[in-house]
Amino acid sequence: EKPAVKLPESEYQGVWIYIEQRNGKIAPVSLELLGEGRKLADKLGVELAGVLLGNNVRHLTKTLYEHGADTVYLMDDPVLDQYRSEAYQVGVVDFVRKYKPEILLFGATAIGRDLASTVATELGTGLTADTTRLDIDMQNRLLEASRPAMGGNIMATILCKVQRPQMASVRPKVFKAIQPIAGRTGNLIEEKINVKEADLRTKVISVALDVSDKIRLSDADIIVAGGKGLQDEKGFRLVHELAEVLGAAVGASRDAVEAGWASHSQQVGQTGTTVAPKLYFAIGISGAVQHTVGMENSEIVVAINKDPNAQIFEKCTYAIVGDAFEIVPKFIEEFKKLKQGGERKHG
Amino acid sequence: MHYVVFVKQVPDTSVVKLDPVTNTLDRSSAPSIINPYDAHAVEEAVRLKQKYGGKVTVISMGPPMAVSTIKKCIELGADEGYLISDRAFAGSDTLATSYALTQALKKVMEKEPVDLIFAGKQAIDGDTAQVGPGVARRLGIPVLTQVDQIESFSVNDRTIRVQRKIEDGHEIVESKLPCLLTVEKEINELTYSPLPNMIRAAKYQPIVWTTNDIEVDRNQLGLKGSPTVVGKIFAPPKQSGGERIEGTADEKVAKVIDKLLNVHGLFAKEGV
Ligand SMILES: Cc1cc2nc3c(=O)[nH]c(=O)nc-3n(C[C@H](O)[C@H](O)[C@H](O)COP(=O)(O)OP(=O)(O)OC[C@H]3O[C@@H](n4cnc5c(N)ncnc54)[C@H](O)[C@@H]3O)c2cc1C
Ligand SMILES: Cc1cc2nc3c(=O)[nH]c(=O)nc-3n(C[C@H](O)[C@H](O)[C@H](O)COP(=O)(O)OP(=O)(O)OC[C@H]3O[C@@H](n4cnc5c(N)ncnc54)[C@H](O)[C@@H]3O)c2cc1C
Repeated sequence: EKPAVKLPESEYQGVWIYIEQRNGKIAPVSLELLGEGRKLADKLGVELAGVLLGNNVRHLTKTLYEHGADTVYLMDDPVLDQYRSEAYQVGVVDFVRKYKPEILLFGATAIGRDLASTVATELGTGLTADTTRLDIDMQNRLLEASRPAMGGNIMATILCKVQRPQMASVRPKVFKAIQPIAGRTGNLIEEKINVKEADLRTKVISVALDVSDKIRLSDADIIVAGGKGLQDEKGFRLVHELAEVLGAAVGASRDAVEAGWASHSQQVGQTGTTVAPKLYFAIGISGAVQHTVGMENSEIVVAINKDPNAQIFEKCTYAIVGDAFEIVPKFIEEFKKLKQGGERKHG
Repeated sequence: MHYVVFVKQVPDTSVVKLDPVTNTLDRSSAPSIINPYDAHAVEEAVRLKQKYGGKVTVISMGPPMAVSTIKKCIELGADEGYLISDRAFAGSDTLATSYALTQALKKVMEKEPVDLIFAGKQAIDGDTAQVGPGVARRLGIPVLTQVDQIESFSVNDRTIRVQRKIEDGHEIVESKLPCLLTVEKEINELTYSPLPNMIRAAKYQPIVWTTNDIEVDRNQLGLKGSPTVVGKIFAPPKQSGGERIEGTADEKVAKVIDKLLNVHGLFAKEGV
């Protein structure tokens, strides 16, 4: 057991983003973090880098430079074909030990949380979980990573004062990627991964992605979400009808999921998906904090609830006090008209 | 087969309240419960034991009252429970927590080797999901996070095949034993505890260890051993509240659609 080593901060410089990819596709959160990382790096006056591991992923470096990376640290090897923490961990740790960043950020995804925890333990440094706000205390040159805790009831700012790098995992959809700058280039630093297939004890047998023609919540521009206020499965169908005219994804509160009206993959909130669509309809949802932490970054929220004091009205753009069974059919009707009008114009 | 499950006692965050003036947690408002994910982890270990034989041991770190969480695990079918409890652990972040739990586990392993380790996907109070992978790294064994199904378990080959939840689907992964799984609630449904378990739990006295009982480097424990500190705690940002749309139902709908089209420029093209 090696005790955490304290090193003078000056040795550690630069902001690094772990670039998550699966089958050569970059996770959106990694580009979001390059966007936010760019601001942090500029504030600190240091370099922004992406750390990219995988098999045949070299071509992705271009996208990373265009999204703000000055440098890409690359390991490209067949042993990295599928994500396995036991292999990826070695690569990231080796890069950190050799090139010493002061800040290292991961997306708070299945892969990111797993890898970040493993890497932080190996390095003996601090890791803030599931961050939703990042800032720099310039006086002390410290990363201030804030996160919801206690089921979303509080926000806490976590600091890692002595150990380096300062690590955090960051929720998807909280920050924005920059508009890519075509032709922007950077430095490539490539190293070999110090792992052989024979050393590994895990094997990915298969990956099954949700193949449904439904729009995925996390990708949707419009989400129509329903809660317990819709009373039963039949009532919840209104949510589907409105979603259908709008070409929207269907979301749900946990109580609606627990009632069996929607699947867990449709749950929005603390223990479901975090979403940030352009438009979010909250229908018959009370607005418990565990729900709103998952949707409060939506651009526009239209809330429909018959209780004038419902908490959801504090987190919305437009508040409609009313009965969902009266209001929602009217929305469906009006949007249908609009759509037909639009189609007529096009035709 | 020896299964070890890490269980944490947590305040029930669905009822915990934040004092709006002092920004501190009013813990008295919240009863202590077993972390819900950990209950499912114990249940899964007990099911494997029933099928393949062996023993289920649980380990918890916490204040003396966490004894009740261990008793809960006995009710769920665990055979033995250890509570590590000492002031020196107070204020541990996830790095220090995984260290303390690993040292306790190593002591348990001196008596009896361990084949499969379980933790919850995350604790509902700290919510970091970092302790499980941390323990696995310290032991140098594989970690499989967010497991929602055990596909197969081979005692002879010493391998386990699980289904893990990932963002946009599932992944089937195989690992050699020993390894550590962190589990989702969907992995099983909790069953009612049979009466003999309840009776055993009522009488059960967990083994309590302090820092004198396990081999630890005190510099790696508690506040001293924690690289992270909580700087400040504040209430989540409150929105000023939405614009109330007044009128008849028809007028309300028309007003909102008008705003979406003309203020926000939605639906300008087809689609959004
Ligand atoms: C650890 C933890 C994690 C959690 N994670 C999540 C999570 O990820 N996501 C989540 O959503 N919840 C989560 N919850 C649950 C959360 O606390 C709430 O219980 C849940 O969001 C409530 O769901 P709801 O709003 O649908 O139901 P309710 O709170 O029952 O609200 C129903 C609402 O419908 C309104 N209503 C009733 N009839 C009508 C009508 N005819 N027309 C219009 N409005 C009507 C009512 O006024 C009420 O406001 C979590 C809880 C805990 C403890
Ligand atoms: C407001 C607040 C914010 C915090 N933020 C951070 C942070 O960002 N980074 C950080 O490193 N620490 C943080 N901490 C400290 C952290 O909550 C504690 O270290 C805690 O004891 C373990 O983390 P967790 O509750 O998140 O557990 P998780 O990692 O979410 O727990 C996962 C699993 O590990 C096992 N486990 C966890 N704790 C125990 C235990 N005591 N006994 C037995 N099994 C256990 C259980 O199986 C559990 O299901 C924070 C604390 C507070 C109060």
